[in-house]
Amino acid sequence: MKLQRKNRLRALSLGAVAVSGALALTACGSDDTGKKDDAGKSTASASAGSIKCDDAKGQLLADGSSAQKNAIDAWVKQFSQACGVQINYKGSGSGAGVTAFTQGQVAFAGSDSALKPEEVTASKQVCKDGQGIDLPMVGGPIALGYNVPGVDNLVLDSQTIAKIFDSKIKNWNDAAIKKLNPDAKLPDLKIQAFHRSEDSGTTDNFTKYLIATSPNDWKYSGGKAWQAKGGQAASGSAGVAQGVKQNSGAIGYFELSYAKDMTSVAIKTGASTPVKPSVESATADIAAAKVIGTGKDMALQLDYATKADNAYPITLVTYEILCDKGNKADTLPATKAFLRYIASEDGQKVLSENDYAPIPADIIAKVRTTIDGLS
Amino acid sequence: MDISTQTTDASPPTPPPTEAERKRAARGATRPGDRIFLGLTRGSGILLLVIMAAMAVFLTYRASLAISKDHGNFLTTFEWNTNLNPPVFGIAVLAFGTVVSSIVAMVLAVPIAVAIALFLTHYAPRKLSGPIAYVIDLLAAVPSIVYGLWGALILVPHMQGLYGWLNDYFGWTGILSWEGGAPRAMLTVGILLAIMILPIITNVSREVFRQVPQMHEEAALALGATRWEVVRMAVLPFGRSGVISASMLGLGRALGETMAVATVLSPSYDIQASLLDPGGGTFAQNIASKFGEATEQGRDALIASGLVLFVITLVVNGAARAIIARRKEYSGANA
Repeated sequence: MKLQRKNRLRALSLGAVAVSGALALTACGSDDTGKKDDAGKSTASASAGSIKCDDAKGQLLADGSSAQKNAIDAWVKQFSQACGVQINYKGSGSGAGVTAFTQGQVAFAGSDSALKPEEVTASKQVCKDGQGIDLPMVGGPIALGYNVPGVDNLVLDSQTIAKIFDSKIKNWNDAAIKKLNPDAKLPDLKIQAFHRSEDSGTTDNFTKYLIATSPNDWKYSGGKAWQAKGGQAASGSAGVAQGVKQNSGAIGYFELSYAKDMTSVAIKTGASTPVKPSVESATADIAAAKVIGTGKDMALQLDYATKADNAYPITLVTYEILCDKGNKADTLPATKAFLRYIASEDGQKVLSENDYAPIPADIIAKVRTTIDGLS
Repeated sequence: MDISTQTTDASPPTPPPTEAERKRAARGATRPGDRIFLGLTRGSGILLLVIMAAMAVFLTYRASLAISKDHGNFLTTFEWNTNLNPPVFGIAVLAFGTVVSSIVAMVLAVPIAVAIALFLTHYAPRKLSGPIAYVIDLLAAVPSIVYGLWGALILVPHMQGLYGWLNDYFGWTGILSWEGGAPRAMLTVGILLAIMILPIITNVSREVFRQVPQMHEEAALALGATRWEVVRMAVLPFGRSGVISASMLGLGRALGETMAVATVLSPSYDIQASLLDPGGGTFAQNIASKFGEATEQGRDALIASGLVLFVITLVVNGAARAIIARRKEYSGANA
């Protein structure tokens, strides 16, 4: 009896070691950063009649940015209804998407940032006689939601935002915030700045804005990982939005769709009035972007320091990445037909229904020309 | 074996087994069923060892790739920037957070679990102990992400009061001071982990306490011991090594807990002196947070951190095994 019991305990504890080890390994797999809650709500209002299928058929594999996953899902629903082509877009992240593309596993990739020179070099191995190019397709404002009781119209400028997120300004009644909001009743309340705990394209674009507009107050190199110390971290845009809702005195950044049921900061850009985040104000900002890609590449340089009226400066653009020449013959017709649809007026209209910003008319016109020339 | 002798005894008309038959029975593995069963059990045992070895080899190989590229000190750097070129990362914060959150969980969970187990085996009326044991089993079946969601949505907002109280009365200690941030800190994580490991410690301890020989307890009672003295002199010494084993099982779960920690904690790559201020991180939580967007070298770095967790778990279990072995001769279990 005694022996048996001891052995059972030993077996149990051995099992526990193995299980906890295995947990630590497998748990990674379950982490999906694309916890968007409104994937299913896309309305079918855009008519499917305008979709030209050409000889598109079969199945398309794609992977990349989780920020545009909801938009792609909405498009795929329309497109596969019209053409019967199955498109499987995994939103496993921009980095994973680009890697899958340069390894020739996917027809196109989605990415929050344009291809880097070394990635273009790598793409030449999959694109026969060609190279990977960036096509801007989806825009979106990054809203700053806040939870300060009694304050409804908070205005901040880029320097103040940088100081708040770098824990230099710690209280809502700070003189710098008062100066920007002379009429507001700012409470004596600790500021809790929420950022993303995992690497994210939203963090990347938000800190790009801070670096471009307030280099003296934001002295970090930028990137997908949050670098400043202090504040609160939460997982996913949903987690950050939840944190802001739950905590009085909190402020956080996330895509517009998460800011629906809270108030968001209007940014003082130098325009005649402070700008609130919206689909229109983001499109207005992207309109001022410069195309810095060469040849067929359409990589954009966003104007973070914009002073135009009603142009919201914290905006991100996500790209579809594929070969300009040398796309695989079996997937090319379907890829072209799909991209032609999403770049069409109807396709771009789907975006604003899903809280994304459409790409401005003159840029999307160039994208359409590029798509027609794909081979 | 018992059964076969019994049947022989029960049916006297059958002749006693011949020499050859007895030999065959002793070898035991002559019938196909026996042989298949032996093969299956032996195979399972070997499979477990092979899986563990394969995991260790995989972890070590990928970890060595990452550590050789690391431009920080793998053991002491307070940073996790694996996408930089060259990458800079270190496990100091993660190791600290993992150990601290587990210690908090153990300090809270073990006394309560032992108390529940004693209550169920020695105090509670039978009608009550059944349902309570059932509820505790249910606690063990709740998936960790559910604990995480509950922790983030219910526990965290309700910790404000406790944090304020601790800060008022124990803030002077330094480790229980609070700056007023949302209570997504190590103490909350520890409390959540304590709830999660409570059932496993309770269940194993309960089984151990139930095994205490009736004679020991009756002997103590006969000597005039009160019920508390019986527990103290007969039950606890007998169960000590079992309770330690139970705690180690719980500790294993606390060390490796992933989603619940990732949902509740506000991670950062610095060590907070106070358990109440948000920050820090654990190995498993960090892997879950960083895996999605990690590049090849980022994944290797995460795997290196996983290896450290593996080693910590092995060391903890080894230590526990050593304690049990050393205590064995003094414990009532040998009486």
